[in-house]
Amino acid sequence: MGNVLDFLVANADRCWLLTWEHTWMVLVALVGAISLGVPVGIAITRHEQWAKAILRAANILMTIPSIALFGMLLPLLSLIGHGLGKVPAVIALVLYSQLPIIRNTYVAIKNVPPEIVDAGRGMGMSRWKRMIEIEIPLAIPVIVAGLRTAAVMNIGIAAISAYIGAGGLGVFIQQGIARVYEEMIVAGALLVSVLAVFVDGAMALLESLVTPKGIKIGRKLGS
Amino acid sequence: MNRLLKKTYRFALAIVLLGAGVAIERTGLIAYLSDPYEARYTVRLMEQHLRLVAVSMLMATALGLAVGVVFTRPAFKRYSGIVMYVVGLGQTIPSLAVIALAMSVLGIGFKPAVFALFVYCVLPIARNTLAGITAVPPWIIDAAKGMGMSDRRILLEVELPNAMQVILAGFRIAVVINIGTAALAFLIGAGGLGEHIFTGIQLMRADKLLAGAVPTTLLALVADSLCGLLGLLLIPKGLRLREETV
Repeated sequence: MGNVLDFLVANADRCWLLTWEHTWMVLVALVGAISLGVPVGIAITRHEQWAKAILRAANILMTIPSIALFGMLLPLLSLIGHGLGKVPAVIALVLYSQLPIIRNTYVAIKNVPPEIVDAGRGMGMSRWKRMIEIEIPLAIPVIVAGLRTAAVMNIGIAAISAYIGAGGLGVFIQQGIARVYEEMIVAGALLVSVLAVFVDGAMALLESLVTPKGIKIGRKLGS
Repeated sequence: MNRLLKKTYRFALAIVLLGAGVAIERTGLIAYLSDPYEARYTVRLMEQHLRLVAVSMLMATALGLAVGVVFTRPAFKRYSGIVMYVVGLGQTIPSLAVIALAMSVLGIGFKPAVFALFVYCVLPIARNTLAGITAVPPWIIDAAKGMGMSDRRILLEVELPNAMQVILAGFRIAVVINIGTAALAFLIGAGGLGEHIFTGIQLMRADKLLAGAVPTTLLALVADSLCGLLGLLLIPKGLRLREETV
């Protein structure tokens, strides 16, 4: 254990750099996933006939093992010259995040009590305004819970993406295994675990911050 | 509208299948797998993969169920919150980190890989067993008590069947994660289909890579739907009907 600490101190610069790279990848993927998943989640509450098919498709995506998905994206994306590196990694992360984000958005909006929406209608709100001012604010805690699941999962998958040259903390694990350099392996595993636990805690905090005080929409959807 | 939807859906499915077929042919996957030596090798890797999954799942299911049952008994119930918290924390740890740590502690080969997969898959099963049994409505248990059932019979005939849906959901998550993580077991020398994938990436050979990636994906999808079938077997009829009407 002492050796691991030594390693971390001696390579502090590189640790920060890789942690930052890792976080950056996950962040970019989350932004992409939100801008794709939340609108889709809202759309399928309006068009119920699509809901089942979309959710099932997202579920199938989630079932594909991550390293296999990287593998299948590789020949596909090499057609445009991005078979390795950050592009396939971020694309995979966006795809994996779809199930928790779409499902939670869908369920959250469905669970908004109809009488509140009716009250909005009674106040003369348009459909658009009802969505922006009533449905989305009430749904946000559950949506954030979905984001939390997606973020934690993405940190794990981003670690694997070191094997397709995307960088991030997986690099320590990858190089450590290749060189049988135990301190490096443990340092990488430790850092990526700490990052995941930290992000999980931060998202939990965010979740409780965005929950309106008067309304207790509990975390009905776990991971 | 609905018929149009169905037709578009079928059309899209046909196009996707056709596209996949063309892609498989173009990348040389078919040629690769028709080579008798490579085909046998792939089958062997798949056997290795399945053995990893089967052994670790067996152990994980046994321990996960046991943990879930023990920490819902009255004597240990007060610890269930802590266990749930620890399990939740454990689940946030990335799979690659678990594999890497197993290697640094136990070395390389089949055993460390099975150990890593086992540790990683106990968590969802234990969590869901705990959550499922806790969520059984107390009045059902009261009714069972009123009928004079022993604690053991209440567990086996009332609590577990009622919690089965949730437990199976956990089992399903564990199997799918396990199959995906077993692909990483190659990195610590346990073989499996990951061997094709990682070697294929290193050599930039799409055919070899896909010969690992496609079977792994199919395994995961098949296991996922088999778990759905398992639900039909294990979940009592009455509970299933209620589930559908709600």
